[in-house]
Amino acid sequence: MEFWRKPLDADQVKVPHGQIYVIKERCKGCSFCVEYCPRDVLEMSEEFNKKGYHPPVAVRQEDCVACGLCELICPEFAIHVELIKEEEEATQKPEV
Amino acid sequence: MTTPGEVTTAEPMAPEQHPMSRFLREDRMPHIWCSSCGLGTTLTCFIMAVVESGIDPKDMAVISGIGCTGRVAGYLNFDSFHTTHGRAIPFATGLALANPDLRVVVYSGDGDLVAIGGNHFIHAARRNMDILCVCVNNFTYGMTGGQAGPTTPITAKATTAPYGSYEYPFNIPYLAVASGANYVARWTALHMRRLKNSFREAINKKGFRVIEIISPCPTAFARKNRLGTGLDVLKYYHANSIIQHGADPKDADIEMGGKIIVGKFLDVDRPCYRDYVTESISRQLGGK
Amino acid sequence: MAEDRRVLTGEHFLNGDHACAEGAMAAGCKFFGGYPITPSSEIAERMSERLPEVGGIYLQMEDELASMNAILGAAWGGWKSMTCTSGPGFSLMMENLGLGVVLETPCVLVNIQRGGPSTGLPTLVGQADMMQARWGSHGDYEIIALAPNSPQEMFDLTYKAFDLSERYRVPTLVMSDECVGHMSEKVVIPPAGKMPEVQRKYTTKKPGEYLPFDHPAGGVAPMVKAGDGYNIHVTGLTHDERGYPVINAEAQDVMVRHLIDKINKNRDDIIDVEEIDVEGADVIIVSYGISSRTCYRALDMAKEEGLKVGMFRLVTVWPFPEEQVRELAKRVKAFVVVELNFGQIYYEVERCACGNAATYLVPHAGGDIHDPADILAALKEAAK
Repeated sequence: MEFWRKPLDADQVKVPHGQIYVIKERCKGCSFCVEYCPRDVLEMSEEFNKKGYHPPVAVRQEDCVACGLCELICPEFAIHVELIKEEEEATQKPEV
Repeated sequence: MTTPGEVTTAEPMAPEQHPMSRFLREDRMPHIWCSSCGLGTTLTCFIMAVVESGIDPKDMAVISGIGCTGRVAGYLNFDSFHTTHGRAIPFATGLALANPDLRVVVYSGDGDLVAIGGNHFIHAARRNMDILCVCVNNFTYGMTGGQAGPTTPITAKATTAPYGSYEYPFNIPYLAVASGANYVARWTALHMRRLKNSFREAINKKGFRVIEIISPCPTAFARKNRLGTGLDVLKYYHANSIIQHGADPKDADIEMGGKIIVGKFLDVDRPCYRDYVTESISRQLGGK
Repeated sequence: MAEDRRVLTGEHFLNGDHACAEGAMAAGCKFFGGYPITPSSEIAERMSERLPEVGGIYLQMEDELASMNAILGAAWGGWKSMTCTSGPGFSLMMENLGLGVVLETPCVLVNIQRGGPSTGLPTLVGQADMMQARWGSHGDYEIIALAPNSPQEMFDLTYKAFDLSERYRVPTLVMSDECVGHMSEKVVIPPAGKMPEVQRKYTTKKPGEYLPFDHPAGGVAPMVKAGDGYNIHVTGLTHDERGYPVINAEAQDVMVRHLIDKINKNRDDIIDVEEIDVEGADVIIVSYGISSRTCYRALDMAKEEGLKVGMFRLVTVWPFPEEQVRELAKRVKAFVVVELNFGQIYYEVERCACGNAATYLVPHAGGDIHDPADILAALKEAAK
């Protein structure tokens, strides 16, 4: 994560990670989640769902910090984030 | 939602299972709202606020009138009532009085609540009835195709205002404050976290509480006024909303292309209708 | 304490409006949403005093639209509820009377009829809302309406209206009039033990199994109330047994047919009439409410003149006692319909007479009651 000014305790802060799930068939392609993801994790996919919309896809899943904004802004209940628990993350190195 | 540090699911969630599904009538999804309509977002914020408040869904009833927002009652897995146009508030009044343990929420649109239901709105506020009144304001009658309404800003176009609206619109927070509400806030559909917090705060209060949510109607209002997609409207909110807690609501008029003052305008604890009933009856009839 | 105050046992000298309020109290009414309108306001006034004595609430609403909705809300909150009105107020209630019908919500609406149209005769009698009671809200439905003709019946029939509304899950109308509402007579109110609180039938099924709008063989589903944990959905849109909106012709057919059948198939249980000297009569008076009181006098006058006349008084106006009138039509020469309008129930009688008996109307625009001499003249004409 890049900081404008680096916090003094940056090396002690553990950045959480999230797993993004997209319920593709519910999506109506408004792109709110793509636009407002603060980490630019999402992009609209090329793929069509049954209704003919392009659902989003997590192209930079590893950057997701589980802030939940996409889940909160999605008007379709079509995207949600699960916080990846620490022990599962043990193998991954926290990005600071 | 799995808030960091708060919720840990024992089992991995099925990807098709939305965490909010237990509060939704899943058998009625997808909802009827258009792509990039803000209504679904407001509903997400509402559900999250309910989750955070720790209220048992069975202690909550949601009443809607008619219109796009009127469909909210049909999607929420609470005791939910979809009444006639404009009449959600009096229906909710009867329900709240008959069962004081219920938290009664009216969730409806601007046309429903302040045009055809305007009289009920001001009187429920005057009585300080125990109702949380959520008014999603998209400046138009969306369900019927985009006609002008009581909140359509002056000069804005609508299918029944092809030359632009000639009427002054209602300023809903000002109306609510003047009528006697206990809690009045306004947010846009983009202020998700603030809206959620406002919901949570209001759910736990008594008396008549009004939350107005400015929300995009891409199909009717935005198209007729060439405002672009729902996303463009959200960007407009981003650029033009001013958060002013405690602002005088009379300064919170909304004009086409103007600033939108949002925030919490009022938060008081005037005794509600039932407080007066209980106090007065027990004093005069001896605690019956 | 509250139970002591529910039934005002004893012999009283009450006007019809007050007797109506006492009937509602005895039935266990807990909520009254009202808007003042002459000549029904005395009911609201009495209820505002009486309801707090039993832990109920009187709420003065902002208009009749709100009144009607508030009583529907209160009913779903688990309380028995009512409202009263007259004239223009009845028109305003029509919108949400329809909501009550489609939500199958028990509640009672009292109309103390006055002269119309519009503001008309606020303080004077009329009976011209009878067809509005039947057809006033848009769409197809059946309704129950009772027509008391004395303060005693205002008590009895208001109590009965609550019972019928619960049994058939339908808003039930008490179609009274200004004269009966403002007339004071002896009213006998039985002991509380003989006037049990009208009970609502609640489901014993579990959430998930319960269907709030099921229609088992022409009957109605038991109810739940908000807060019971059933997460019911209730909508004014055409809906299925679950209460979920279904917008197509098939669902419409099932729902509307049910709304009609639940009343029509139980006509024998619902309908109540008073028959006087019907056997062997040549001419039969059909009347209801205050007009039927005038007819008692006309009946005596006609008998003095040697006419063979009888009377068929509608205690239940809707559903209309079609079968009884059809049968009578085969046996009598003519019907004389006496009502304070220019022909409402008259057309029902004529329809059911099927040409087997002539049908005469003694019209009256309201503002006053019939002169028994006019009724006698009609009886003589009919007997020719």
